[in-house]
Formats: sequence, C-alpha cells, structure tokens
Amino acid sequence: MSVLVFAENWEGRFKKSTYEAVSYAAEIARQLNTSCTAVVIGAVSEEDKKGLGKYGATKVLSVANDKLKNLEAGVYTHILGDAAKSVGATHVVISFTYTGKAIAPRLSVRLKAGLVSGAIALPTSLSPFTVRKKCYSGKGLTDVVISSEIKMVAITPNSYKVNTGGADAAVEVFSPAIPDGEFKVVSKEVKKTSGKIALTEAELVVSAGRGMKGPENWGMIEQLAEALGAATACSKPVADMGWRPHHEHVGQTGITIGPNLYIAIGISGAIQHLAGVSSSKVIVVINSDKEAPFFKAADYGIVGDAFSVVPQLVEAVKKLKAAHN
Amino acid sequence: MKFLVCISNVPDTTTKIAFSDNKGLNPAGVQFIINPYDEIALTRALEIKEAAGGTVTVLHVGGAGAEPNIRKALAIGADDAIRVNAEPTDAYFVACQIADIAKKNGYDVILTGRESIDYNGAQVAGMIAELMNIPCISVATKLDIAGTEAVLEREIDGGKEVVSVALPFVASAQKGMSEPRIPNMRGIMTARTKPLQVVEPVAADCITASTAYELPPAKQACKMISPDNVSELVDLLHNEAKVI
Ligand SMILES: Cc1cc2nc3c(=O)[nH]c(=O)nc-3n(C[C@H](O)[C@H](O)[C@H](O)COP(=O)(O)OP(=O)(O)OC[C@H]3O[C@@H](n4cnc5c(N)ncnc54)[C@H](O)[C@@H]3O)c2cc1C
Repeated sequence: MSVLVFAENWEGRFKKSTYEAVSYAAEIARQLNTSCTAVVIGAVSEEDKKGLGKYGATKVLSVANDKLKNLEAGVYTHILGDAAKSVGATHVVISFTYTGKAIAPRLSVRLKAGLVSGAIALPTSLSPFTVRKKCYSGKGLTDVVISSEIKMVAITPNSYKVNTGGADAAVEVFSPAIPDGEFKVVSKEVKKTSGKIALTEAELVVSAGRGMKGPENWGMIEQLAEALGAATACSKPVADMGWRPHHEHVGQTGITIGPNLYIAIGISGAIQHLAGVSSSKVIVVINSDKEAPFFKAADYGIVGDAFSVVPQLVEAVKKLKAAHN
Repeated sequence: MKFLVCISNVPDTTTKIAFSDNKGLNPAGVQFIINPYDEIALTRALEIKEAAGGTVTVLHVGGAGAEPNIRKALAIGADDAIRVNAEPTDAYFVACQIADIAKKNGYDVILTGRESIDYNGAQVAGMIAELMNIPCISVATKLDIAGTEAVLEREIDGGKEVVSVALPFVASAQKGMSEPRIPNMRGIMTARTKPLQVVEPVAADCITASTAYELPPAKQACKMISPDNVSELVDLLHNEAKVI
C-alpha cells in the first residue's frame, strides 16, 4: 500500500495547486499509515524537488526527458502508470488542472482505477473509499465511492489547505523507457495568457459584467485588481461582445473558480453565472439594483453605482495595503 | 472523414437542482438538453463535413428518454445515431461502450464535450483514447483538419497551445470551437427518418458510484454596507473575513 502524487510544474516551477495536491496525498498516506511518493516530470531544481518533503512527500521520483516539453498525455500516463506500479500505489492523487484533466482519465484506465475528478475535500471514508465533489456545475454536491482496487482523486485547486513542516524528501531518478512512437502530439505554438495572475489559480478575483457599460470603463476594474493583487474575470455577455477576452469568462459555460474572494461588479447573478463562482469562499456584490439576484449568494453587498463605488474601493484598498507595508 | 460525436443528456442550464431523498436528481419539471459542450463538438464536426465531405454519427449511452435529444442532433445535421441502451452511471463504463463501438466501426475523429454539466467529470474523452491507444486533445478551442492531419488549439495551464496530431484521435470540445446552430424546419422533418440504431451494452465494470447527493450549504444573509462608507467593506474583508 502507498500513495502516489503527480507534482505538476509549469516551466520548471511548482504551483500552489501542486503543493495542495502533495499535502492532500500526504494526509491520505498518514491516515493509511503509509508513505507518499511524488513524481516530478521535467527540469525542476533539486532544491525544489527535495522541498516537496515539506508538504509531506517522503520520496520524489524525478523523470527527466528532453522530449517532454509539452503536454503529451499518453506519455505522462505511461510514466505515472510505471511509477504507480514501481511503488505499489493503491492511491493516486493529481491536480484537477488542465494538465490533470488531460492525464487523469487515461491513467485511470491504465491502472483500472476509479477516478473522482474535481474532489473538494479529503475522503469522508477510507473504506469504502468515498470522496465528495461538486455536481451539476456547482449546484449540488455528491459523494462518490470508488470500488476498484486502486483509487484515484483529482483535487480541485484552492480547495485543500497546504500542510507544511515535513523534512526533505529523498530524490531518486526514475527513467522508464518511452518508445519514440508514443510521442504523437506535436506542439506548434504556446500562447501564454498575458494576465499577470491565472484565473484558475487566483485567490482573489475581481469580476465585472454588463453593468460596466463598455470596455472603455474597465480601467477601474483593473486598478482594483492590481491594488488587491487579484485576477480579473467577467460575465459571459461581456466576453461575447468582445469587451474582455474569452479566457476571463466565468460560469457554467466558462471556467469554474473557487477563490477566497470574488468581487462581482455590475453582474446580475444569473444562475449560469453563479454556477461557476458559487464555491468562492467570500463573495462581494456591488450592484445598483438592490433586487439583483446576486445579493442572495453574497456575503457582503453594496447597493450603489459602480462608477462611484469602485474608485473609492481602490483608494480604501491602497490605504489598507500602505498601512500594512 | 468519419466523425463520431458522443452526446450526453443533461438538465437545462437554468434548472434549479433538487434531490429526491439525497439519492439522485428529482426530475420533476426538469427539461433535458444536449450537453452544451457536446453540441459545440457536433456543430464543428458538421462544419468540417460540409466543407470536406464525410459522415457524422452521434452516439448516446443511456435510456430511451434521451431520444428526443438524439433526434435533435439529427435535426441539427448528424447523419445517423446510435444509442447504447444502458444507464450511464460511471464514466469508465460509458467510455468502454463508446470505445467498443468506435473499434468496430472505425472513425477518424471522435469528439466529446470538455465535460458534461451534470457530473462535471471531464473523464470520458481521455478514457476512450486510452482504451483505443490513440491520442486525445482535451479542452480544445479550435479544430481544423487537412488530409490525415488535424490542427487543434487547446487550453493548457497558463495559456493555450496549438498542436497537430494524425488521425484517428479523440478531442473534447471547449467553447470557441464553434457556435451551436438551431435546427431548421427541414432538418427537423428529415431527422424523423434518419437511422437511430439501438444496441445493447457490452460487458464492462462500473468502478465508481455516486451514492449520495446534497445541496451546497445555504449562504448566511448578506451583510449590506452603505455606498457612502466603502472603507467599511475593506475593513470587514481584512478583519472579519480575513481574505485580504
Ligand atoms: C446556456 C447558457 C449558458 C450561460 N452561461 C453563462 C456563463 O457561463 N457565465 C455567465 O456569466 N453567464 C452565462 N449565461 C448568461 C446568463 O444567463 C446572464 O445573461 C449573464 O450572466 C448576465 O451577465 P451580466 O450579469 O453581466 O449582465 P446583466 O444581466 O445585464 O446584468 C448587469 C447588472 O449590472 C447592474 N448594473 C447596471 N449598471 C450598474 C452600475 N452603474 N453600477 C452597478 N451595477 C450596475 C444591473 O443592475 C444588472 O444587475 C448563460 C446563459 C445560457 C442560456
């Protein structure tokens, strides 16, 4: 029995979601009284690899392969499948990121391991192995029981707190033989999102809707985001009209996020919008219409004109930050 | 070019979800639609077929209750349909059914939505690909095919990536790949006579089961702050909610 976790990196650096996944896996290992091994694929510094021990990994299997620069899900699956076999993994944890979404289903078939994707908490029971996830795009919660011998969990970013305090992990080189024929996807171009903070990873999000009247008024939204160190998001019509890029569109047909703070400005709070943001820990709504449905889903609300409230908010945030620096 | 588009039958996006005894969705008053991402996949398959020739087959794993939506897919323009007559309770089971049919019939491109909006698993596409040992491009925002090669754009962490892959392959569709169409009268008329084949499932295991459901905890009442005292909000977020 042992727990395996895929420690994802982006351009050689681990992300917060990686530390969350390692912490989550290590906690399951602790409950099962076994060890947690992390797999790292690609060029990450030795120090960072050892450092995964801080989050509870006891061993790191390090895979270097010059060909593995882009996301080749079949090859990642091959590596993780071999790693799972080599450590006798009974439980496998992966982040529910785009990378995780590409790999987890394939690995699930390879290991014939039942997969709970988008888990939001630790297993509620280890036997039968039961994990809670959202369903109906955030409108419901469901408990999923895995009956296969090996269990897999893909954990939603920002839903599990990192644990720290462990000692350095032992790093071992792991090099399964990958035949050339397994590389089937050719990367032609990577277009990095220009935004300073990726929306899916952001802890704080400032979002605005049609109430902003036009793209020319987004300056104050960006100022607020900058003052807070937040990512920016928007409602669907705003993206559809081209006021904001599509990757900012949150909701049922956009991306689902669960930041610590979601500030919704001039957004009515339609059910499809709420589906994508309802798991935010704290929701602030600023809307000129006191009947806007969003207030029912909010923790804090201001009924007022965004054009006067938001600039004041920017100043107040700057003042707070200045006082704490 | 032979396309297989997998469609699932899900509650309309405006549905107010309720559960019966926490055992499953209470279907009273719920209208079912083709999963929106599957419809994006279907539309893109039809666009490519119309430009380059070929056939588009839709496949649904599920009960007869989904037939109106299968007919809708035919009305939008699919050539024929297959329904595997089995409850789609587990992604692995569903993927085994689809892979079995795909192996028998031989498709060039297999498309699904990026996820279904009921279980939000994002599992079926990758599972089919692994079962068939072919590549899968998940969360694809663009798809073009020239000859035996496809070029796709997909979402990756931190941006987008343009990739190419040889046929056959699986892809899961994300918003951006196409704009869904509304079926026209002629489509609706011809859909009635297009073939819809019902087949029995092959043996496959279910390795997961949703055993209980509940609604997310209700929010506490919203604390209202005067628009003349915006700094109070910042205070509350800092000292009470402790999020900034
Ligand atoms: C199948 C389907 C899927 C969908 N998916 C999504 C999705 O993923 N995401 C999504 O967002 N939507 C989605 N929608 C659309 C959704 O139903 C709403 O139409 C949309 O969310 C509304 O956007 P909005 O709140 O920006 O605009 P509106 O509904 O027009 O709301 C604007 C708000 O701004 C307020 N306002 C106006 N002026 C001011 C001011 N000066 N100061 C402060 N407030 C002001 C108004 O009171 C109003 O509440 C979907 C719809 C369908 C049918």
